[in-house]
Amino acid sequence: MSTVSRAAAIRVEDLWFAYPDGTEVLRGVALALEPGERVALLGPNGAGKTTLVLHLNGILTPSRGRVVVGETTVDDAHLREVRRRVGLVFQDADDQLFMPTVWRDVAFGPANFGVEGEELEHRVAAALQAVGAAHLAQRPPHHLSGGEKRRVAIATVLAMEPEVIVLDEPTSSLDPAGRRELADVLSRLTQTVLLVTHDLPFALELCPRSLILNHGRVVADGATWELLADAELMAANRLELPFGLDPTRARPPA
Amino acid sequence: MHIPDGFISAPVSAGAALPALGSLVAALARASRTLKERLVPFAGLTAAFIFVLQMLNFPVAAGTSGHLIGGALAAILLGPWMGIVAVSVVVIVQALLFADGGITALGLNVLNMAVITVGVAWPVFRLLSRLLPQRSAGVLIASMVAAWASVPASAIGFAIEYWIGGQGGVDPGLVFSAMVGVHALIGIGEGLITAAAIGAVLAVRPDLVAGAEGLGISADDTTTPSRVALGSFVAAGVAVAVALVVFVAPFANPNPDGLERVAENTGFLDTAQDHPIGGPLADYGVAGIDNPWIGTAVAGLIGTGITFAAGMLLVGIVRRFRQREQVPASR
Amino acid sequence: MSGTHLHVLHVHGHSPVHRLAPEVKVVAMLAFVVGVVATPREALWAFAIHAFFLVAVISFAELPFGFVFRRMMIEVPFVAFAVALPFLGGGPRIEVAGVLVSLEGLWGAWNILAKGTLGVGASVVLVATTEIPEILRGLDRLRVPRLLTSVAGFMIRYIEVLASELRRTRTAMASRGHDARWLWQVGPLAASAGALFVRSYERGERVYQAMLSRGYDGTMPQLDERRARGTEWAAALGLPLTTWMVALLAIVGS
Repeated sequence: MSTVSRAAAIRVEDLWFAYPDGTEVLRGVALALEPGERVALLGPNGAGKTTLVLHLNGILTPSRGRVVVGETTVDDAHLREVRRRVGLVFQDADDQLFMPTVWRDVAFGPANFGVEGEELEHRVAAALQAVGAAHLAQRPPHHLSGGEKRRVAIATVLAMEPEVIVLDEPTSSLDPAGRRELADVLSRLTQTVLLVTHDLPFALELCPRSLILNHGRVVADGATWELLADAELMAANRLELPFGLDPTRARPPA
Repeated sequence: MHIPDGFISAPVSAGAALPALGSLVAALARASRTLKERLVPFAGLTAAFIFVLQMLNFPVAAGTSGHLIGGALAAILLGPWMGIVAVSVVVIVQALLFADGGITALGLNVLNMAVITVGVAWPVFRLLSRLLPQRSAGVLIASMVAAWASVPASAIGFAIEYWIGGQGGVDPGLVFSAMVGVHALIGIGEGLITAAAIGAVLAVRPDLVAGAEGLGISADDTTTPSRVALGSFVAAGVAVAVALVVFVAPFANPNPDGLERVAENTGFLDTAQDHPIGGPLADYGVAGIDNPWIGTAVAGLIGTGITFAAGMLLVGIVRRFRQREQVPASR
Repeated sequence: MSGTHLHVLHVHGHSPVHRLAPEVKVVAMLAFVVGVVATPREALWAFAIHAFFLVAVISFAELPFGFVFRRMMIEVPFVAFAVALPFLGGGPRIEVAGVLVSLEGLWGAWNILAKGTLGVGASVVLVATTEIPEILRGLDRLRVPRLLTSVAGFMIRYIEVLASELRRTRTAMASRGHDARWLWQVGPLAASAGALFVRSYERGERVYQAMLSRGYDGTMPQLDERRARGTEWAAALGLPLTTWMVALLAIVGS
């Protein structure tokens, strides 16, 4: 991790953060994602995963360390640029979909960055197409199923044409069919993806590489199947494989 | 209450629209100027919260109920300007989308429910929260009293509007004492719910309560009003309701200008004897009581009590009907 | 209070009334109600004409009369008040069916019933033929201050979310035997209201973060599509103009 390449899509350097009440959540997080890479971020509840995510586009400001997107450091002067380039998909889709219709919600992001007219129409249509939700454009968000909400939430981020997409627990509250559709959508994405999840089979299926965050630090970084197969590492970080899952079967052919 | 179309005369409705619109425009201007943009989603959620809580009837007596107005709550959470905006949005959406409250009565309803409630609750809250010990318990008592005061104030607004331009020629004094009396009771519920909501927010995120700004309250200050304070708040609310009936009801008079006369005569007690009193309760006196003022007051109490009970019965039936109609138990 | 299920307010359809631009319908509805309210209560013939036009619009919009009637039940409390007026009202009394009632009260009851019913009817037709997000968009185009429509948009978006949370709380309370009938039993209600409020505040904060993540800078983006055509205005305003003429005739004639 100390030898990060300069071309990293997103790089976190020695990130520290404490909430105003003094609770220290992040204690020197360091990680880097290569462009186009799909990486899972695993870890128990309270490990600081969501807090880390909120740093990646400058919603929270670290007490020490920095986040670099491409060549740009996340600071007050570059907030808007960074927010366009790093898209966050929040854990609860009801928080993400706040506009009266799906179309307007997907248009919200690009419109904030000055996209309008035909270009806006095109962006929204393409984003909805990419998640298989073109037919939902005129629906109010609260009429959608959980899986539809989740895919539309991803479209709201895609419409900004970001370089990095960060998803916080995207499979929570999805039924198996919704989870399958989500996996199909994510596997087609060409952007750099950071997938924060408890869902180990989902991480194993989609992400060749994983990071484990615990006690505010990255404690492991490697091939997903290798991390999951390490029983000692898993137990130490309160992670548990579902019954019957054999991660070594996901080992790439040598 | 949401006034429907045709309830108050067209000129008075139009007249009320002027101060309502003026206040709303001023509030919008002030809110936009001082706006931390964070407040827009919060104001929307506060409005949604008030809207939803208005479906949650709270008990007043004998199974009848009142519901929250929310002006005090919005003002204390969002500050007075954004508070007026939030409650106005609730009232406008109810009229436009839910046919609850008339379109031409929008001015009246915004005035009564957003402008008057915030206009009364905010100064009361600011004053009390500075006088009382500046801790969470002090803020909660201030919220409770401010929210209580806003409800009869809103009812007074209604009574005055009815007096100037109401349909049906019901004696304004009767409307006044019954409306304000009932609302002095309903206000107790408003006060308790407002204080509970503010208390819940203060306990986790004091920084989100605009009204507590500058009071230096931290999340670990978990003082709450004592049972004695709560008890005296409820008792005081009931006492005011009864007092309103006793002191105002005697002026109830089938002659439509009864309230006008009361207004002309500033000395309430002096006028009681020489006021030409007549009405359904035989001169508003009760046989066997010699003192004419006490007799009138007792008669007023009984008369208003009957009106009050009939009104509550009516409201109770209607509410039960509407709840069944509109809030399916499950989905 | 008002129903929580926003979608039950709308009747899907493709009638000419459904297709009109929302701002046109909002103006026509407001103007109609103003005309009705301005009509002197003694001009019974004028109310017959107003009612005829309202019924004509309902059938033109292909709305089921049963639906409109059910929705109009919202005015029941005022019907109850109106019924009481003839007995509470002052002034000269006349005998109706052997009962002495106030003439002024009788006229007052008629005034509230007639105008209230027509007003509620007009509003029900507007919402039944126009999706709520469309109405908000119409208000935007009518230059209603953006702050007002933004707050209204958030409010409408979260009513159902909050209402279902509240319903769960109430179910939990009722299933443990809570049935408040007196003011001093208000405690648990107040407490649950407080808890609900904190949850909605926290949601407000997450929504705000989601907005910031997509480039929100304090003003909602302008997402505008087609404007109403002149012919639409002419077609829709014909009705309220007739209403005003009738009202004017009634005023002159009284």
